[in-house]
Amino acid sequence: MTTALIAEDEPLLAAALRADLAALWPDLVLLPTAGDGRTALDTALARQPELCFLDIRMPALSGLEVAAALAEDWPEGPGFPLLVFVTAYDQYAVQAFEAQAVDYLVKPVPRDRLAACVQRLQARLQHRAPQADALAQAMAQLRTLLGTQAPPAQPRLEVIQAQVGNLVHLVPVDQVIYFEAADKYVRVVTAEREHLIRLSLRELLPQLDPAVFWQVHRGTVVRARAVASARREDTGKVTLTLAGRSETLVASRLYAHLFKGM
Amino acid sequence: MPLADNAPMPSLRATGSLRPMGVRFLINQGACSLLAVVLWQFGVSASLWENWVFSLLIGNCCWLLIDGGLRLAAVWVRRHHDGPATWPGWAWATPIVLIGTLIGYQVGHGLSRLVLGLPGQHALVQPRVLLLSLVAALAICYIFYARERMHAQHLQALAAEQQASRMQLKLLQSQLEPHMLFNTLANLRVLIGLDATAAQGMLDHLIHFLRSTLASTRLEAHPLAAEFDHLRDYLALMGVRMGPRLQSRFELPDTLAAVPVPPLLLQPLVENAIRHGLEPKVEGGRIEVAARRDGERLCLRVRDTGLGPSDTAAAAATAGTGFGLDQVRQRLHTLYGSAASLTLRRAEDGEGGTEVTVTLPLRA
Repeated sequence: MTTALIAEDEPLLAAALRADLAALWPDLVLLPTAGDGRTALDTALARQPELCFLDIRMPALSGLEVAAALAEDWPEGPGFPLLVFVTAYDQYAVQAFEAQAVDYLVKPVPRDRLAACVQRLQARLQHRAPQADALAQAMAQLRTLLGTQAPPAQPRLEVIQAQVGNLVHLVPVDQVIYFEAADKYVRVVTAEREHLIRLSLRELLPQLDPAVFWQVHRGTVVRARAVASARREDTGKVTLTLAGRSETLVASRLYAHLFKGM
Repeated sequence: MPLADNAPMPSLRATGSLRPMGVRFLINQGACSLLAVVLWQFGVSASLWENWVFSLLIGNCCWLLIDGGLRLAAVWVRRHHDGPATWPGWAWATPIVLIGTLIGYQVGHGLSRLVLGLPGQHALVQPRVLLLSLVAALAICYIFYARERMHAQHLQALAAEQQASRMQLKLLQSQLEPHMLFNTLANLRVLIGLDATAAQGMLDHLIHFLRSTLASTRLEAHPLAAEFDHLRDYLALMGVRMGPRLQSRFELPDTLAAVPVPPLLLQPLVENAIRHGLEPKVEGGRIEVAARRDGERLCLRVRDTGLGPSDTAAAAATAGTGFGLDQVRQRLHTLYGSAASLTLRRAEDGEGGTEVTVTLPLRA
């Protein structure tokens, strides 16, 4: 039995996709629809469907962010799901999907287009690549997609203004060792102390120099020069030790390729 | 002359352009010849030829000194302050015209005597001729000045027209955002199958929305009530898409319904509230659009209970670089100058979210 998850924040569109899929693929088991990215991620990790239909623009996490998080946290064992991205109008995204041979649907989704997608998915489920290859392939695609979908670089941030009550701490960016996402905030960690800023990592990233700060996990951006060593674990993750901080950081599978020996 | 020192005289053409110089040369020859005929008629000298030689030589000497002096002064002024390329202002022009005429008269007069072989004392060497030269120089200067002023005004008008059409196009593009349009159509397509009556209602909102969006590019202003109707259509469309995640509330006092406002001024603000505030928030929220009168000013407020501005978004908004806020600010500035304002801040009551306030002068 094949199970599928639909992540779509617009209730009508979700209901329609559900109905159309049910008609075209009667054996398909549909998990409850996820109305936002966070729910989609949790549901997918908990129920491990074979297929995920991910809307690109969703609350909490975008479809691409859900895919990246799945690639990072997908457990060993079950096959990585086949991903189909759904988008309303975004010619750049569509070009990126085309270039990566990733399945995508453009809303409104005509019935015959969905039927073709269903056939392709069924064929691919029958000849599934071994787990390791499927995951590696999905990750290579996602890396490129995330690269092409990155927002354009903004003026570089020089100083971070971290407010505590009425007091604002000025933290020079070149003293920061790493940034870590914490709910709606970002933790700014220097050698001596840490601060919280009200900003998402997504908003912060375009303001950092990508040659200086590397994203190593969806929630972590580290100063490359502050990384002392990287140890590859069996799970595909990489543990990083830092110069100037005692704690370790984890680089996910999606970014582990940054820490290969020369 | 009702002209201030800083009267707009920006010839957008480069200072060294030769064509306007040639035109001025020709105008000058014509004026000098005319003056020669006048002098001859008044019998200053019996010979038209003599009058003409004097007039041309003096006139051209004055012209070269004055025109050259003005250009040099303009270049100097421009290097040290912002100013037009060809006109240094009357504070410079007055002494240049006076001194240029005096010297030009002397030099031109000497040259004429050389050319005609006349003795030191001649009927043409008289104070009234010097005075006449001065009057002529001033008149010609003024003709040049007025010509350039007209030319500059023409160029300015052209530039303003171009900017206006560019703004219109940008406005239209921003208001018919493809993502919104295609998502709405996708919803409509589903609704047709599920609930034909609801689909018709949605289509009506879409038609109104498109009609008022297209009309807005042709209108200078429309009543505040029309602005609110447009926003109602937009939020009704978004309401179908977002379902119970979106609630909206409008507050428009009857006394303000007819007040004219720039069309679709608030649309980008409401769009921002949805796009950056409510759409990314899992549980959604409420959007409020309210108008109130504050003395002689109109206060418009768009508030959402969404995510609220992040620290950088608020900073960007203050700096005038955020979202579509920039566009609204620009429009306000073009239309009202410093009499209108836009502020964005985190809503301070318990519900959170973003609050944008636009204040503009109330015009009947």
